[in-house]
Amino acid sequence: MNARSENNEMSVYVEEPLIAGDPSYQSVTESISGIVEGKPPRLWYIAISISGTLALMFLSLIALLIWEGIGIWGLQVPVGWGWDIVNFVFWVGIGHAGTLISAILFLLRQRWRTSINRFAEAMTIMAVIVAGIFPAIHVGRAWALYWVFPLPNQMGLWPNFRSPLLWDFFAVGTYFSCSFLFWFVGLIPDLATLRDRAASKIKKIIFGIFALGWRGGNRQWRHYELAYLLLAGISTPLVLSVHSVVSTDFAVSILPGWHTTIFPPYFVAGAIFSGFAMVLTLAIIARKIYRLENFITIDHLEKMNKIMLVTGMIVGYAYSCEFFIAWYGGNKYEGFAFLNRAFGPYAWAYWIMIFCNVVVPQVFWVKKWRRNVAVMFAASILINIGMWFERFVIVVSSLANDYLPSSWGYFKPTIYDVGFLVGSFGLFFTLFLLFLRFLPMIAMSEVKGVLPQADPHHGAKH
Amino acid sequence: MAKLKIIVAEFADPAALIQAAEQIRGAGYRDFDCHSPFPIHGMDAAMGIKRSKLGYIAAAFALTGFSGAVLLQWWASAKAFPLVISGKPFFSYQAFLPVTFALTVLLAAIASVIGMLVMNKLPRWHHPLFESALFRKAGDNGFLMTIESTDPQFDMERTRRFLESIGAIAIEEVTD
Repeated sequence: MNARSENNEMSVYVEEPLIAGDPSYQSVTESISGIVEGKPPRLWYIAISISGTLALMFLSLIALLIWEGIGIWGLQVPVGWGWDIVNFVFWVGIGHAGTLISAILFLLRQRWRTSINRFAEAMTIMAVIVAGIFPAIHVGRAWALYWVFPLPNQMGLWPNFRSPLLWDFFAVGTYFSCSFLFWFVGLIPDLATLRDRAASKIKKIIFGIFALGWRGGNRQWRHYELAYLLLAGISTPLVLSVHSVVSTDFAVSILPGWHTTIFPPYFVAGAIFSGFAMVLTLAIIARKIYRLENFITIDHLEKMNKIMLVTGMIVGYAYSCEFFIAWYGGNKYEGFAFLNRAFGPYAWAYWIMIFCNVVVPQVFWVKKWRRNVAVMFAASILINIGMWFERFVIVVSSLANDYLPSSWGYFKPTIYDVGFLVGSFGLFFTLFLLFLRFLPMIAMSEVKGVLPQADPHHGAKH
Repeated sequence: MAKLKIIVAEFADPAALIQAAEQIRGAGYRDFDCHSPFPIHGMDAAMGIKRSKLGYIAAAFALTGFSGAVLLQWWASAKAFPLVISGKPFFSYQAFLPVTFALTVLLAAIASVIGMLVMNKLPRWHHPLFESALFRKAGDNGFLMTIESTDPQFDMERTRRFLESIGAIAIEEVTD
């Protein structure tokens, strides 16, 4: 930084370094690889014993559900989609921040992303795994799930390609595959580093297998860099398309409160909003446990808070726009659906949603709060809660009170609904903690690439 | 066949490695490579290597995914299992867009990754360089140049002296 300000007389604005503490290449390798190679801190064992227990409960509940049927949930006519679908939309949405960070911020050359992209991508993959479980078990006869694959079969049946539920299957499947490839390609150079550092034979073999023999020669880097760029370009439309397709599960139906054209952009903004809240929650915990304050600086957190403020405002705008259209459209069922949301039997859920998603992010207008870890941690948790309630309001309130008052109902969750929700968090955190333990959570090669000394013109006089 | 020999030379920083690449190329060497923990900006030009052709592979597979998806949906919805659904035509292309898009993207992504690995001749789990102690720095903080004995210019003594003259700070010889 000093070299830059001395040599460039024209500069009036000196950027803060992306990585604090002026680290060398070696200290980056040491501090990130050290986490994987050393013993995990006590807190890690405590965390994984809790989340692991919940994950085991989740798996047993899935077994019970397949045995007993989906009647153990609170699903009843008219509310045939309950917490299972709410959880699915919630978890798919969480994933979107990871893709935005890895793909869109890469194309926009936002170099601060290198500190957070690896674990945001991991979060995406874990969240989509958890999300995918819900529709799979929601079908009831999970063993017939392969019917959604377009496979020739003895029944002569083919899936209905005009159904949003099938689009969803393809969209989420592609999303998972692309996210996984992106994450793995990013990991290859770091796995090679771990292979070369490995102390034991077993570690050397395991890391060696997954590093695929990477040697970091420039003749390899040139293909690698283009592949990474292509994946970023390919994944960028996915950030927008996946949750748009999820929203068509609702928007293509004729139910009041679901049948609106605003759904795709509204869902995408909500997904990025909730995803950043989850990235923030995880980042704050991980940087605390592993003392990564130099890598994930307060500047990184502030930038994420700004994105949450923007997307939170978009979500707030969508809420009010829905109301306006419900009135302006002149359709009395649509009008009722929205009044019913805000003042009907689910008003409590609606106002929790408004408070968490519209009121809470407003704290980020104040720079001091935007840079305060305690404030943003509380805000990120509240936003996660609010976004779960948003999906609950959309899914359940529309189904409970549709056209005919004689068929109205009120959804009551059972203990199993709660168990599945809590258990899904258990599985998510278990997968995430395993990732923190066994893989480099920060992209070492990318972080080294943004250090000032990595620029071949560093310190040169022009 | 003679055993493959490789000279590994370490340079101080990215700028030194770029300079060395220009000089070794100027001296007529061909089978050399520059290893670094991250891609160095401007190294392709210094080594005189062209832009990767991976994009064409990805594009070809994207096209395959697109046409495959259209064909699949046409076959399933209009030929093999025609069902009237909400009075829509059997081949209702508007409704086929999401799946077409998804499969286009999926095939392009898979082709980018597999294409990259194939062009890099990976996976390759054994390589003489893995025996080198100096090479272990490639993933950490080493800026290394390797020259293989398959190069017609290669001569253990002469090449070694040349590398020292252009600023190598450490040199190691590896034999397969």
